[in-house]
Amino acid sequence: MLKLLWLVPSLPLVGFVLLVFGRLPRKLAACVGVGSIGLAALMTLLIALPFLSLPAEEQVYRQLLWQWFSVAELNVGFTLYLDPLSLVMMGIITGIGFLIHLYSVGYMADDVAFNRFFSYMNLFVAAMLLLVLGDNLVVLYLGWEGVGLCSYLLIGFWYDKPENGYAARKAFIVTRIGDTSMALGLFFIFMHLETLDIQAITQQATALWLPGSWLPVLAAALLLGGALGKSAQLPLQTWLPDAMAGPTPISALIHAATMVTAGVYLIARMHELFLLAPQVMVVIAVIGAATLLISGFTALTQTDIKRILAFSTMSQLGYMFLALGVGAWSAAIFHLMTHAFFKALLFLAAGAVIISVHHEQNIFKMGGLRKRLPLSFWCFMIGGLALVALPLTSGYFSKHEILLATAAFEHSGQWLWLAGVFGALITGIYTFRLIFIVFFGEEKGDAQESFGMVIRLPLLVLCGLSLLGGWIPLPFAQLFPALPASHGSSVMNWVTTLVPVAGIVIAYLCFYKRSAVLERLSQARSGQLLQRFWFHGWGFDWFYELFIVTPFMCLVDINKNDVVDGFYRLLAWFARLLYRLLSFTQTGRVRWYAAVIVLGVVGFVGLGVMR
Amino acid sequence: MNGIPIEHGLLLATLLFCLGLLGVLVRRNIIFVLMSMEIMFNAVGLAFITGGSRWLQADGQIMFMLVLTLAAAEVAVGLALVLQLYKRFKTLDLDVLSKLNG
Repeated sequence: MLKLLWLVPSLPLVGFVLLVFGRLPRKLAACVGVGSIGLAALMTLLIALPFLSLPAEEQVYRQLLWQWFSVAELNVGFTLYLDPLSLVMMGIITGIGFLIHLYSVGYMADDVAFNRFFSYMNLFVAAMLLLVLGDNLVVLYLGWEGVGLCSYLLIGFWYDKPENGYAARKAFIVTRIGDTSMALGLFFIFMHLETLDIQAITQQATALWLPGSWLPVLAAALLLGGALGKSAQLPLQTWLPDAMAGPTPISALIHAATMVTAGVYLIARMHELFLLAPQVMVVIAVIGAATLLISGFTALTQTDIKRILAFSTMSQLGYMFLALGVGAWSAAIFHLMTHAFFKALLFLAAGAVIISVHHEQNIFKMGGLRKRLPLSFWCFMIGGLALVALPLTSGYFSKHEILLATAAFEHSGQWLWLAGVFGALITGIYTFRLIFIVFFGEEKGDAQESFGMVIRLPLLVLCGLSLLGGWIPLPFAQLFPALPASHGSSVMNWVTTLVPVAGIVIAYLCFYKRSAVLERLSQARSGQLLQRFWFHGWGFDWFYELFIVTPFMCLVDINKNDVVDGFYRLLAWFARLLYRLLSFTQTGRVRWYAAVIVLGVVGFVGLGVMR
Repeated sequence: MNGIPIEHGLLLATLLFCLGLLGVLVRRNIIFVLMSMEIMFNAVGLAFITGGSRWLQADGQIMFMLVLTLAAAEVAVGLALVLQLYKRFKTLDLDVLSKLNG
């Protein structure tokens, strides 16, 4: 069964090719688009069952498809690598991907570019699978750039609106900064270890490099740059909120459940390298904590339903980075999985709400939708509870694990824990602010829910996963080094558990009861300033605009006539000069030509005679 | 061989050639230019025949036949062009027909 591994990324790729070149009718396109992912999910299941029944030490499978290229001592094989980590990622990508594809059939039913949508989605899934299955960093990088491309194509899916194109370019360029850093990391690693195989790198790095010396630190920092870009962490986080310009299923699949977790996957995959660079680990943890707080505060003030979810995604990715930073690898992947469940659910439910209220995305123009949209309401409720990590939902297990591991971290773990707990409080507030404003209060509008099975089924399955996904055991015992037994005091335990509830209560008081405190705060001048500051994402966009984009555009303006072009322009000018001179001889007078010929002949014959 | 000495023949040919050349250079009417070219052809032909008779070889006369054929072909094409030019521009003045300047 393991031999079928190559089929998993190939099936979506075949789907992509069929959809692009096939000119299929709409029904068939839906079958191909969803079917290819469904088959890939089935293959994943068929592979997972025998793979997991192997003893834990033997859970490694390598499949060389072909030798990709071989230059001097660089041998890159197109090799797939299956271990528990890539298996879990594969399951998330194909499983959640299948549900979202199914949902898209209903969501995109009226779109003119139906086939294009599914072809991009299939290409995305293929690239993402390649990313998680790559045995060496080159294959991984191929998938990495592939998902970046698909993300660009899908954010700008409705390209007739200029701002969508702008958002797509922004996402592409900002992540490109991270990707450049990652490419440099690849070169650096190859220069010093002469291999790009992930397993060989980890072995050689642990054998050759001293923990904490500059070599592993630089290599890990360069790879971290790539992860920051892809996973929308500080300081490369600004693209993610704008990425919501794409259709909602895209936001669910790419910008919440799978692609943005690629950075988390990369760090977990290379964790032995990162263990050699404890300084970088601390940086990861701090970045994660800062991102989760900043984006949490930003989410508090947003009015667009999808942007709130986008900022909450950034915040949850911050938790994963926090976990990676403190060395809780399996907790990070666990949160990645549960987050994929409930964030996909929330986005798909948001999509359902958006359709039902005729493509309105401002939450203040909605209200009292609880009775009118019962399915969306319950989906939001379950997803929201998992997001705020209420006990016994899936999010609780993973977030609890992360926060306890953080508390036990030796470098100022208490402070990071405090940031994480405070972030959990804010998560509770902004999530239930959204729910109370959209689903409670006075009724506005004439929303109607009329969905087919293709929309209901994925929502229901995801509801189940969000509630119960926390019980799924992850087979990481052999893969990641065990954490020191957490000695979190019972006070910390209780605080971690109860903080989300406090958040919900605050949201209830502020946005359901509409207590006067909030009114007074938002009326005050400082409150308004703070709100504007948070609303614009802590001014990062403004800052980059001022200090990077504007100077760059100035330089571009100055060098509009490329300096290097001057040389070629000189050549062209010289050629034109010669042409002018020669064209004088072309008078069009036949007698003149004849005379010149005679003169020439006489001259040359004379020359010949003289010699 | 006690006929005309070769120098005389060649001198006549040279004179004829220069006359033709002068005609090509100074005449403005295309017809006259073509006629001058005929004179040049024949001057060359005369030089061939003179040479052929000096060395008693048939090659000179064969070359003259070739020159005649060439001249006939040239006239055929040239006169056709002259007709077309006249139809289009209503003139045969070479200095007016200078549209192909650079």
